[in-house]
Amino acid sequence: MARFEPVLLRGIGQLDLTDIENYKQLGGFAALEKALREMTPEAVQGEVSASNLRGRGGAGFPTGKKWSFLPKDGRPRYLVCNCDEAEPGTFKDHLLLEQAPFQIIEGLLISAYAINAAQIFMYIRGEFLEGFRIFKRALDAARLQGYLGKRILGTDFSMDIVVHRGAGAYICGEETAMLESIEGKRGEPRLKPPFPANAGLYGMPTVVNNVETVSCVPHIIERGAQWFASIGPEKCPGPKIISVSGHVVRPGNYEVPMGIPARELIEEYAGGLFPGRRLKAIQPGGGSSAAIFEEDLDTGIDFDSLAAKRTMLGSGGFVVMDDTTCMVRASQTLTRFFEHESCGQCTPCREGGQWVARMVSRLEAGEGNESDLRVLSTINDTITGTNLCPLGDSIMPFLSSVLRRFPEEFADHVREAGCPFRVGVAASMAS
Amino acid sequence: MTPERERRASELVARYPESQSALIPFLQFCQAHDGYVTQQAIHDAAEIAGITPGEAESIASFYTLLFKEPVGKHKIQVCRTLSCMLRGADELQQHVRQRLGLGNGESSPDGRFYYEEVECLAACDRAPCLQHNLEFHYDVTPEDFDRLLDEWRASDPGVSMPAE
Ligand SMILES: Cc1cc2nc3c(=O)[nH]c(=O)nc-3n(C[C@H](O)[C@H](O)[C@H](O)COP(=O)(O)O)c2cc1C
Ligand code: SF4
Ligand code: FES
Repeated sequence: MARFEPVLLRGIGQLDLTDIENYKQLGGFAALEKALREMTPEAVQGEVSASNLRGRGGAGFPTGKKWSFLPKDGRPRYLVCNCDEAEPGTFKDHLLLEQAPFQIIEGLLISAYAINAAQIFMYIRGEFLEGFRIFKRALDAARLQGYLGKRILGTDFSMDIVVHRGAGAYICGEETAMLESIEGKRGEPRLKPPFPANAGLYGMPTVVNNVETVSCVPHIIERGAQWFASIGPEKCPGPKIISVSGHVVRPGNYEVPMGIPARELIEEYAGGLFPGRRLKAIQPGGGSSAAIFEEDLDTGIDFDSLAAKRTMLGSGGFVVMDDTTCMVRASQTLTRFFEHESCGQCTPCREGGQWVARMVSRLEAGEGNESDLRVLSTINDTITGTNLCPLGDSIMPFLSSVLRRFPEEFADHVREAGCPFRVGVAASMAS
Repeated sequence: MTPERERRASELVARYPESQSALIPFLQFCQAHDGYVTQQAIHDAAEIAGITPGEAESIASFYTLLFKEPVGKHKIQVCRTLSCMLRGADELQQHVRQRLGLGNGESSPDGRFYYEEVECLAACDRAPCLQHNLEFHYDVTPEDFDRLLDEWRASDPGVSMPAE
């Protein structure tokens, strides 16, 4: 089978792309030169709009459209790059940060030029200390060669990137929580509206874009919107990095054209399942997404096809679970995650999330009862759609989807007063 | 404030449009030297940010990588989320707890080790994984852990939560 020719991951694994010379040898910074010397900011924005690039951070919002919302009122504008990656099962931005930092820098500079930003803020997850160091070194190298700072490449364009390290909080990946966090506050999401485009960082018009999104920008400028738009489905085109983990032979980041069938990703890229195992469930879009199953393997991996299956592409974290997986245990790790990460502002998310996590833990420990099962299968509407930010709405999708699909497995935990899958692992591990 | 902290504080304040943005980076800097967020650091940070120490404390308490009290120098944080669970995190955690004699969130009485079970570290393809003072270790088997532990036991990490 012909593998997709990588765009964002090109050279990674063969060349040390944290070395600016290697990055340039692969054509790096040509797009920046082109944008600054041959294109107006409006033209760059037009090109990105025409490419139909949709944000890779989770929501899939069209990038050009997001940029176009900035009011033209003379206030300084900020561009914030979201490198807080912490969605369970997602590890692409971590890779791009550590292995392709100049691609991010070039993408940020072009994006900042396009939206006429006053400054760029790069928010890096606190746990990515090594990535933070690599990125800082990359900034120094870029500055030394005139790609950053005053009068970049001798043009009128000046720009700098402030790097802000996170300090441990998944919720800071949510864009308004991120702005609060950069402002030195608790990372609590803001009520929208106002949207960041109008009142973002320090109250100024702000765009927040994901690392993978900005990494696409140099390629769109260099190769043209038409080229980008021609890859994959018309409404959500382009190359996409999918982070594949769990029960496959070769877990890893795979760059594919948007829309490839889930089956191809698993079998051709990730080496398939382990011998003798059967597929049980897949989380196609990180810990927040509802599961898909064997009969969904021909579904295209893109925002719209997965939405049609009542789940989502989200962050592109593709977690494969085979028939050795206990769905109660899997749900336990995720409900506990959301319980832990809730910022606590909204009652359904804070209290509901806690209750759900406790009930699932109880079931897994063999201490659950029939009424827990009833509550878990009916509580969805109470928790979902009643919160300030999407975290609260992420608690139930996976749990509900596997509870619907494998009700007997949940019931077995009650009937047998324990986890039928637990062989060799002490029950104490359930806590 | 020590002259070094004064210098760092003014660097940080100059970096951002508003001085409160310097709060967390300043606390990270102090923690790298003190091992945790001391009351002195909270007071200094509050002054820099122009807020009350109570406010600064509430902000600091929001972030899991800022420690509110002294913890062991070797900070071992093992991932417990789904993808790692699917590839042996339970067994690794059990082993690590037993080898360290510590439960989740505990430090050893001699102040050398701290153990915590943390959420997805964005390294799910190399599971199970852990961080030791924010340095990643991937595909960690119980045997790998024993080897690492021998190394850590023989070393003094000094600055144990680097700020940069
Ligand atoms: C709880 C939560 C966590 C999020 N975490 C991230 C993240 O780690 N990285 C990211 O890029 N977007 C994350 N997002 C999405 C951001 O709010 C935002 O939509 C995104 O950064 C926009 O970038 P894009 O348009 O380029 O996709 C998160 C959203 C929520 C609700
Ligand atoms: S939904 Fe949860 S995480 Fe989001 S603002 Fe409300 S309490 Fe915080
Ligand atoms: S689940 Fe452990 S690194 Fe993602």
